[in-house]
Amino acid sequence: MTFDWMKIPYALLTLIIVVNYGLLLTALVQKIAARAGRRHGIPIWQNYIDLVKNYALRTSISHGVMYYLGPVFRLTGGVGLLLFVPSLYGSEMFSNLSFAGDLILALYFVFFGTLGMALGAGESGHPYSAIGVSRGLSQVTAAELPLALAVFSVALQYQTLSVTDIVAAQQGGITNWTLFTNPLAVTAAMFSFLGSMMRPPFDVVLAPQEIPIGPPTEYHSSYLALMQTNRALFPVAKMVIYMNLFFGGATSWPIFFLKIFLIYMVSALVGVVFPRFRVEQSIRWFLVWAVPVGVLAILVV
Amino acid sequence: MRDEDMNERRIGVRDELRKRIVKGPDGIEFEVDPISDYYCDARPEVRPGAYAGIVESLFNWARSESLWILGFGTGCGAIEMRPLMTPRFDAYRYGIQWRPTPRQANLFVVSGYLSVKTLKRVIRSYEQMQNPKYVVGLGSCTINGGMYWDSYNTIKKLDQYLPVDVYIAGCMPRPEALLAGFEELKRIIRAGKAEGANLYAENFDWYKANQKRVIHDWDMPDYNW
Repeated sequence: MTFDWMKIPYALLTLIIVVNYGLLLTALVQKIAARAGRRHGIPIWQNYIDLVKNYALRTSISHGVMYYLGPVFRLTGGVGLLLFVPSLYGSEMFSNLSFAGDLILALYFVFFGTLGMALGAGESGHPYSAIGVSRGLSQVTAAELPLALAVFSVALQYQTLSVTDIVAAQQGGITNWTLFTNPLAVTAAMFSFLGSMMRPPFDVVLAPQEIPIGPPTEYHSSYLALMQTNRALFPVAKMVIYMNLFFGGATSWPIFFLKIFLIYMVSALVGVVFPRFRVEQSIRWFLVWAVPVGVLAILVV
Repeated sequence: MRDEDMNERRIGVRDELRKRIVKGPDGIEFEVDPISDYYCDARPEVRPGAYAGIVESLFNWARSESLWILGFGTGCGAIEMRPLMTPRFDAYRYGIQWRPTPRQANLFVVSGYLSVKTLKRVIRSYEQMQNPKYVVGLGSCTINGGMYWDSYNTIKKLDQYLPVDVYIAGCMPRPEALLAGFEELKRIIRAGKAEGANLYAENFDWYKANQKRVIHDWDMPDYNW
């Protein structure tokens, strides 16, 4: 089997496009959320300035090896997730490093960053980090269940574990999307999506004003900048999976941008309307409402 | 009681901060000295800016457009900060955001009078922030004590304990005055003159002497990261 080395620079190009898109998108969503509160909110380029500022800080202190590796793992999770699924269907340039069994790998990468962050934040020794980590891991675990069920359901439906094949099966009209051929799986996955976007009602992990900022309490300067980069990258990478599995994928960048934006707006709209859940409430919510839908999706398929 | 113990008693080190022998769950005894185990007390150093002037200018511009505030709500001034987050004044438009932890903040807003007890917490929070960092003194109380000028328990000039970049006068200054003050701070940062952290490192002994003159129960390292 030969490997086409040109794939690597192409994949890096995807990465650059997606990071910039993510930086602008998160600022835009913050502006929209601010509008819901009748504010103007941050300038659209604020994320870039914050990044430069954080990289430019002159001092930084480390609490140990895992503290150092935490943000690295987090960013690896985001980059890995993005690089191993095709971002544009049918494009030689932007199908990235996708391969036959990439669906399972993607599921793994979704969780990878959270675990790395848990280890890193744990070593910082701040009590609020520990609280945030315990909340985060329990909530993400609960939110991951319906997603896993939905993904299995979709894999059963299309009889493949390759994201590219799943996108291929959805081509040829909007009615071919998984959204319409397997609505139960999509519902379960979208419930899980709400839980993993760190927006209300499921933002008890960061919980500003309560446990100051949760896991990243001790993170600063370039550590924080790495995590900010990931905050821009990871949601988009995750939404690429959703777009590919459930919403027909994208064949060009404008469609890609539009679909990602609309998927993000689902969590943003829910976020500005609903107040924050406590951890036990959110876990119960996932187990009562999302998991049964996921089980049903598997049974129906 | 030994002399050192007496000394420690006098400066009021709390019991949980004393050096002691602890027996672990596996039966091994080891020594715990919280002050040196839990804190890094290396002296602060003067950190020069980037070597190339143009890079430092870019960085200063980024710093001025991304002010992350650690609000220390000591007095009534804290109330004047809230309207800045809400629709009427909306300081987020100017790149001003609030961070809940000193590690991530680079602008320390001391809002109002400082009692000696609070000053201790202010110093610890300030020292945990990363270079470059800025301090804004809010209200007359930080300038000359304001209405607390002859109080037995508050400090008068904040500048003697921390390097202040901008004072915002008033009792209390309105949110518009705060915004004007932040704009002034941005000008100072862009001009490369907001080097409070380096000033603190250069005159470290002077600042520490001033701080220790008023804080009698000094139970922390001289510099805690």
